[in-house]
Amino acid sequence: MPLKLLVTAKRVEDPESKIRVRPDGAGIVTEGVNYKLNPFDEIAVEEALRLKERHGGEVVVLSIGGEKSQTELRAALAMGADRGVLVRHDGPLDPSVVSALLQKVVEAEKPDLVLLGKQAIDDDQNQAGQYLAERLGWPQVTSASKTESLESEAEQKKEPGLLLAADGKTLTAMREVDGGVETLEVGLPAVVTTDLRLNKPRFASLPGIMKAKKKELKELQAAALGVDLAPRVVVRRLAAPPERKGGGKVKDVDELWAKLHEEAKVL
Amino acid sequence: MNVLIVAEHGGGTLRKASLHALAAGREIARRTGGALHAVVLGKGVGAVAEELARHGVSVHAADAPGLEHPLAAVQAPVVADLARALQATFVGAAATAQGKDLLPRVAARLDAGMASDVLGLAGEGQQIAFRRPMWAGNVLAEVEIATPVKVFTVRATEFPALAREEAGTVQPVAVTVDPAAQRTRHLGFRELKSERPDLTEARVVVAGGRGTKGDFKPVEALADALGAAVGASRAAVDAGWVPNDWQVGQTGKVVAPDLYVAAGISGAIQHLAGMKGAKVIVAVNKDPEAPIFQIADYGLVGDLFQVLPALVAKVKASR
Repeated sequence: MPLKLLVTAKRVEDPESKIRVRPDGAGIVTEGVNYKLNPFDEIAVEEALRLKERHGGEVVVLSIGGEKSQTELRAALAMGADRGVLVRHDGPLDPSVVSALLQKVVEAEKPDLVLLGKQAIDDDQNQAGQYLAERLGWPQVTSASKTESLESEAEQKKEPGLLLAADGKTLTAMREVDGGVETLEVGLPAVVTTDLRLNKPRFASLPGIMKAKKKELKELQAAALGVDLAPRVVVRRLAAPPERKGGGKVKDVDELWAKLHEEAKVL
Repeated sequence: MNVLIVAEHGGGTLRKASLHALAAGREIARRTGGALHAVVLGKGVGAVAEELARHGVSVHAADAPGLEHPLAAVQAPVVADLARALQATFVGAAATAQGKDLLPRVAARLDAGMASDVLGLAGEGQQIAFRRPMWAGNVLAEVEIATPVKVFTVRATEFPALAREEAGTVQPVAVTVDPAAQRTRHLGFRELKSERPDLTEARVVVAGGRGTKGDFKPVEALADALGAAVGASRAAVDAGWVPNDWQVGQTGKVVAPDLYVAAGISGAIQHLAGMKGAKVIVAVNKDPEAPIFQIADYGLVGDLFQVLPALVAKVKASR
């Protein structure tokens, strides 16, 4: 059964870049910082591509952000997504507002499945997918993953981690919870957020990158979608975390043992 | 302002993380002049509700067959309705897998903003703000939730657990739930049992990384000698050497033990985000330049295959 898949692609700071708070505490220093596709969204894009390759359908990739977010959309198109949608808005938005914008796109595109990374590695909120699911009245599976190794044969063959039933009406997914692994079945349409090890995302091929340049990338204005963009979570100030300084080296196990007992008193 | 905390349970017992969330809830209630309530959802939750009540909490027990499994879409309406009935300004839970799954749906129903993974509070009354980590803990943000209802999850390691005190109360919550209407079915749960303490609760954690080259025996031997939990870096988990739930880090488990021993772990930022709250950090690594030595209290440059067994010998000799 072909699936229409909508997947998010957020532009975030590259974790290899040094993140520092501005002296005025109003934001982070952006000079010298590199950007990339949110790693969890990359996993979501890969899963969408695998589902389409297995079942047929279409993968629409969506980003909410400034003009430069086109880069991340083209990256997802280069991986194999069919077309892109950029909802233009400069500056951060909190997850509840993001979910309202996503809802508008969902209502227009009518996907069978919405895939998002479980969290964006800039705000680390882990909320947007769940907010969206509740707004839509849809079921959700958050932090979907799989327990098989990424070296397994199934993974080499790029099999989806999310299993679509033969009649195309339900999806089965696994997620880690405290104390074990849970298996859930949700009826489509549904929202799934993706976690590490659900899959290993593919690299875009050179032909993929060339094709991506010609794929459709539609722009919408966030302000024109009839959503209240006012922040509900207001950042008052940012600060660097308390610094943890190293204590130095010990020369051998004897010294370590002595210090752990006498100095640190943790043993 | 009233506070409602969603308390979690598993295998018939209250999850300890919820006691930490309740402590945060009590502090918020104190700073805003309100009452603290807790809700427990499930099938046959009497014992858990009683245990919670022994911590001096007003407990609301939502007990129904349809609530047997923690399905966020099924639980959210129950929690939201109760929050309204209790006129709760704050609705929170521990930032566990369940808490993260459920609370944003509750927030959506209450038209509320939400702060995840709260580490601390600032101010009081209307101006109360939450501190939370961003960019893998490289930035601490102080945020205010602008909506009338404020939803949050709490990082359990940052608040001491609520202690048992005078008796609280247990009241039933009348619920009608229909999981089928939410199009969600629980198909199964595979428990990952361990004789070792829970990673997020353990006083001592011994963790291994790439330097183990897949052989975690020295790490596990030291952990067992110390009665500790075993953790791992993302590299070790991705390589398939150890189970996923051993991962410590930004997107794995966040731990704050008294002692964290990092063996063969280089100290990537994402790993540090999960363990820099430990009281004492020991790093064992062959590479003297490994970033982990910058935050370790005691760094030992050496081969973990020699150092860890030597430590085990010391532990055994000291008994």
